[in-house]
Amino acid sequence: MSLIEARRLTLGYGGSAVLRDVSFAIERGEIVTIVGPNGSGKSSLLRALIGALPPASGKVTRSKGLRIGYVPQKLLIDATLPLTAERFLNLPRRQTRADVSAALSRAGVSDLAKAQMASLSGGQFQRVLLARALLSKPDILILDEATQGLDQPGAAAFYRQIEEVRQEMGLAVLMVSHDLHVVMAASDRVLCLNGHICCEGSPEVVADAPEYRALFGTGTQGTLALYRHDHDHAHDHSHDHSHDHGHRH
Amino acid sequence: MLDDFLVRAALAGLGVVLAAAPLGCFVVWRRMAYFGDATSHAALLGVALALATDLPVLGGVLVVALAMAVMFSSLSERHVSSDALLGVLAHAGLAIGLVAVSLVPGQRVDLSAYLFGDILAVSRLDLLVIWGGAALVGLLLLLRWQALLTSTLSADLATASGGNPRREQLILTLALALTVAVAIKVVGALLIAAMLIIPAAAARPFARTPETMAICALLMGAIAVAAGLGGSFAYDTPTGPSIVAAAAVLFALSTGLAPVLRRK
Repeated sequence: MSLIEARRLTLGYGGSAVLRDVSFAIERGEIVTIVGPNGSGKSSLLRALIGALPPASGKVTRSKGLRIGYVPQKLLIDATLPLTAERFLNLPRRQTRADVSAALSRAGVSDLAKAQMASLSGGQFQRVLLARALLSKPDILILDEATQGLDQPGAAAFYRQIEEVRQEMGLAVLMVSHDLHVVMAASDRVLCLNGHICCEGSPEVVADAPEYRALFGTGTQGTLALYRHDHDHAHDHSHDHSHDHGHRH
Repeated sequence: MLDDFLVRAALAGLGVVLAAAPLGCFVVWRRMAYFGDATSHAALLGVALALATDLPVLGGVLVVALAMAVMFSSLSERHVSSDALLGVLAHAGLAIGLVAVSLVPGQRVDLSAYLFGDILAVSRLDLLVIWGGAALVGLLLLLRWQALLTSTLSADLATASGGNPRREQLILTLALALTVAVAIKVVGALLIAAMLIIPAAAARPFARTPETMAICALLMGAIAVAAGLGGSFAYDTPTGPSIVAAAAVLFALSTGLAPVLRRK
């Protein structure tokens, strides 16, 4: 059974659809990246998958007892709310002190337990968000442009860490990203959105797809190699990356 | 001991603080100051309703405050909670309440008691009601504390971890209506929001976690009640406003201290 499955999902606010007729599923242990231009419905899709945005039509099914680790695009904490990183990691459930410090050190920010969330840099903040998401021992990690505001080495380090965590904990990863060249190579599957699913498949397939090139140009082809790395680890299941979506443009 | 009106007044003030201080933290964190204002102003309409129908004042206030709070919640969910709209409703609530009270037939109502409170006239029964309501609010906040905090940080974050931010919003709304209902006798409709916001704001510079901020707000509120009562007794000033003025002085002091605290 899929962890999360969306069937013929249409999302919209007040009449106009942001996303039409999306069918999508993510399996245990899979890394799926969603790319697409601004306003293409990427964040809306994630919000619908976690249950925060009720669909206009269609259906989202989450497997029973599914634990989601969600890393939002941005978290605005009001200046009047005092919050240390340590305290943040104890939300919504209290964790043991040992678990909290283990999560912080795994995220590479072990010295920041007592720091105020408001005082963290962009990169530190994202790592603390990641640490919190991992504490619930999630089946799936959902990241919404989690590297926004990070420089390229910072983003690459962040993704390497996610990859490590994935190997370690065997969780699925669903992420939305702008950093196409950094992300795509690490993914099992890429979903290209623009109000609907434009194209879908392995990174190579999507990068070559005319729909993708029409959206992003061919420039990213070259940089795709930048973060090309060993990606032949075994999965205990097989994917079906068939690519017959029959879109007519 | 309860025969002394000053002791009863102090206990009533502390009861209000018990509910208002921790709830006020959420009001501040969630930027609901206007929301608190509007709900407490609408309470005046509840007074008119109670007087017209011979219901207890507490019941009327609770019903109207709850109705106003629920209306605001649903408006803000529909993303129409502009600053201006909240301002309109807050002051409309007050004006319509004042008009309605004056229209109640057959009674000459002492308006200032409802506008500014009449803490020195608190009876034993009032005390029971105030502490009962305050304990309920305190218990509600304590039981839902973790979930309330999570959904205050981000509704999406709360939803993703299996929470229900709408339910938490409803709980805060209910707590707010209850607090307004028990506080109107003590500080009056005009100044209830001040007891929510000022102790919490004064506590902020001293706190590093949400919990220490709530406890610190409780202390600030308690000091304001004591100082306000004392000042009111010594200088023969209106008691409710004196308490709020004392809280404002605490806020000014703590804000002045904030840069020093930050340097540590």
